Amino acid sequence: MRANFDNKLSELNKKLLSMAAMTEQIIAMSIKSLEEQDTKLARETVEFDAKINEAEREVERICLNLLLQQQPVFAEDLRRVSAALKMITDIERVGDQSADIADLNIQLIKKKQKWDLSDISEMARAATQMVNDAIDAYVNDDENLARKVISSDDKIDELFVKTKDKIIDEIAADKANGEKAIDTLMVAKYFERIGDHAVNIAEWVVFSVTGVHKTERIM
Amino acid sequence: MIQPKLQVKNCDLFYGDFQALKNINLSIAEKEITAFIGPSGCGKSTLLKSLNRMNDLVEGCKITGDFTLDGENIYKDMEITELRKRVGMVFQKPNLFPMSIYDNIAYGPRTHGIKKKADLDEIVETTLRQASVWDETKDRLKKSALGMSGGQQQRICIARALAVKPEVLLMDEPTSALDPISTIKIEELATELKKNYTIVIVTHNMQQATRISDKTAFFLHGEIVEFDETQRIFSNPKEQKTLEYITGRFG
Repeated sequence: MRANFDNKLSELNKKLLSMAAMTEQIIAMSIKSLEEQDTKLARETVEFDAKINEAEREVERICLNLLLQQQPVFAEDLRRVSAALKMITDIERVGDQSADIADLNIQLIKKKQKWDLSDISEMARAATQMVNDAIDAYVNDDENLARKVISSDDKIDELFVKTKDKIIDEIAADKANGEKAIDTLMVAKYFERIGDHAVNIAEWVVFSVTGVHKTERIM
Repeated sequence: MIQPKLQVKNCDLFYGDFQALKNINLSIAEKEITAFIGPSGCGKSTLLKSLNRMNDLVEGCKITGDFTLDGENIYKDMEITELRKRVGMVFQKPNLFPMSIYDNIAYGPRTHGIKKKADLDEIVETTLRQASVWDETKDRLKKSALGMSGGQQQRICIARALAVKPEVLLMDEPTSALDPISTIKIEELATELKKNYTIVIVTHNMQQATRISDKTAFFLHGEIVEFDETQRIFSNPKEQKTLEYITGRFG
């Protein structure tokens, strides 16, 4: 019986890692489409989100079958499966937000707007790293790595504030920059939210290992 | 410290040359459900049976150590009829007598000298109600108990055990022969009975142990490997062997 349970858990881990790889890919696609003003790539990014949604359904199926068929009685086994069920909601939202960025980009390209992406590219890199680390932490039961992800959110928040300050300066310099500035702010906000989702994932990893979510002991 | 309802100290039990229990020490708290879990042949049923001296008649069985009920030694200071009145037992398979439902329940009280019909009527109704089987039996009390379903028979067995007003109820895999609905009924019943009785249950169903018991003892090769709060056993056991058993790595 346990061999079957372990096989299912390993299937779950593989699927989550594959979701993480897809998430890394969609963030990369969204930032590249911005940097290169590539409408085709932006459209592909929007379409790619559907694959992440499918992967979410697949992980749900694995988790629910595990609960139904294996009925784990040991708290850590139960936490592992329930944490996966909670995490995938955030992973899926990362996909949605990357698609939203690409969608916004399609509109921007039509308006032939060019913009400074240095800070936003850095936010994208940091967000990708956080999502990957959070899922690695889950697969390896690595509480320290999960906690590192939680604390690294400050970096993305700082970059967001920096971007926001620059935008305020640009609007102050010339009101004609207003629309572009707001679009840039929205993209920055999406990346800032991706960082928050990575933190949520990491918090469920800490729960999976310890039974404590944020500050509350759930089981 | 509150005196345990049942206490076992330094117990060894042999069937001939085979040692079935090794240095068992255990305190069972009053009005709690204590679950015994472990693989087949680990000694959990043997210990349960020792708690109301069911091993006395087993040929070649030798028991050492102290077993006390409210501080009284059940092997030295107590008549076996007195012990069996205070410590009732429910078995894996329903074992009703081939007589009416009424007579099954009234059997124990009659043995203990209650003869008046009105008294017996009251005991029969009260205990069948306590065992959550009154509605299904009230119109057929004079019919054979063996005509009831397995789940109903098991609840009648519990009512029969309750009829002599015991303090402790020992249950040896009471749901392993029952369908899931009957199982849930027995579990709900055990949880309800806990308010007034001390219950010790042997179970192979670990979900059942987590659902109903307050404390759990894990047995292996005649020894208690670990005894603790059920919640702790199933979340953070101290012993590696306990962890391996409850996560299905052996057994």
